[in-house]
Amino acid sequence: MVQRMADRGRFTELTMPHMQALYTAALRMTRNPADAEDLVQETFLKAYRAFDRYEDGTNIRAWLYKILTNTFINSYRAAKRRPEKADVEDVEDLYLYHRIGDLQASGAGRSAEDEVFDHFTDDEVKNAIESLPEAFRIAVLLADVEGFSYKEIAEITEVPIGTVMSRIHRGRKALQKALLDFAVARGLVGSTEAGH
Amino acid sequence: MGSEESELDCNETIERLYHYLDGELTDERRSEIREHLDECAPCLGAFDFESDLRRVIANRCKDHVPESLRQRVHDAITEEERRQASGQSN
Repeated sequence: MVQRMADRGRFTELTMPHMQALYTAALRMTRNPADAEDLVQETFLKAYRAFDRYEDGTNIRAWLYKILTNTFINSYRAAKRRPEKADVEDVEDLYLYHRIGDLQASGAGRSAEDEVFDHFTDDEVKNAIESLPEAFRIAVLLADVEGFSYKEIAEITEVPIGTVMSRIHRGRKALQKALLDFAVARGLVGSTEAGH
Repeated sequence: MGSEESELDCNETIERLYHYLDGELTDERRSEIREHLDECAPCLGAFDFESDLRRVIANRCKDHVPESLRQRVHDAITEEERRQASGQSN
C-alpha cells in the first residue's frame, strides 16, 4: 500500500507539469473543448495505469504524448463521424514570406513581419492549425508547437520518419496559406500582394 | 584558413532550411548553411522570418486549463488508486 501511494506522488510530480501542454494539444486535435477535456482525463488515467511500465529517466513528455495521440486516433478522430479531406493543396516553400516578407514597415525600428505577426490573434493561429487535415495537424502540432524531433514524432505517431517529414513540410505550407487567408480577410495584406 | 565560398547555393539552402530550423541536419551541413546565411542577405531574411513564425505559432497556442479539468483528473486518479488498492481489476 505504501508503494502505491509513493507511485502516485511520483506520477503526479512527473506528469502534472505537462497538463497544460497536453490540454492545448488535445484542443487542437479534437477542435472541441468538451472532447479535449475528456481526452486529457482519459490520457492521464491511462498513463497512471501504465505508470509501472514507464522507465524512469526516459522521455516522459514523449511517453505522455504517445498515449494522448493514440487515444485521440482510436477514440475521437473525425473520420469516425464524418469524412474530411485528407490532403492539402501544395504551395511553394516560403509561401508566407514571399507574400508579406517585404511589406513596408510602418513603425520605426520594427520589421513588417513583426507587425503582421502581432496582428494575428491567438484564435487565428489556433484556427489555422485546426484547419489542417488530421495527419498534417498532428505532425505540425508535435513539431512546431511542442518541439519534438522527427524521430520522436515517428515514435509517437507510429509512422515512418519519411512520412513524418513529408507531413510536417506540407502541413507547414498549408498552415502558412491558412494564415495568409486570415491576413487577407482582415485587410492586413492586399489580395493582389497575396497573389490571389 | 583561407576564404572559402559557401558550398551551397540559395536553392539548396532553402530546400534544407526547415531541416536546419528543426535541428535535424549533420554538423557539417549545419555549418554549410550557416556559412551561406552569413553571406546571403535574402536567405538570411527568409530564415529569420521562418524562425519568427515558428516562435509565434508556438507562443500563441497556449490554453488555460480549466480548474474543473484539473479536479476531474485528480478525482479520476484517486478513484483508480482506490480500485487498485482494493485489488479490483482494471
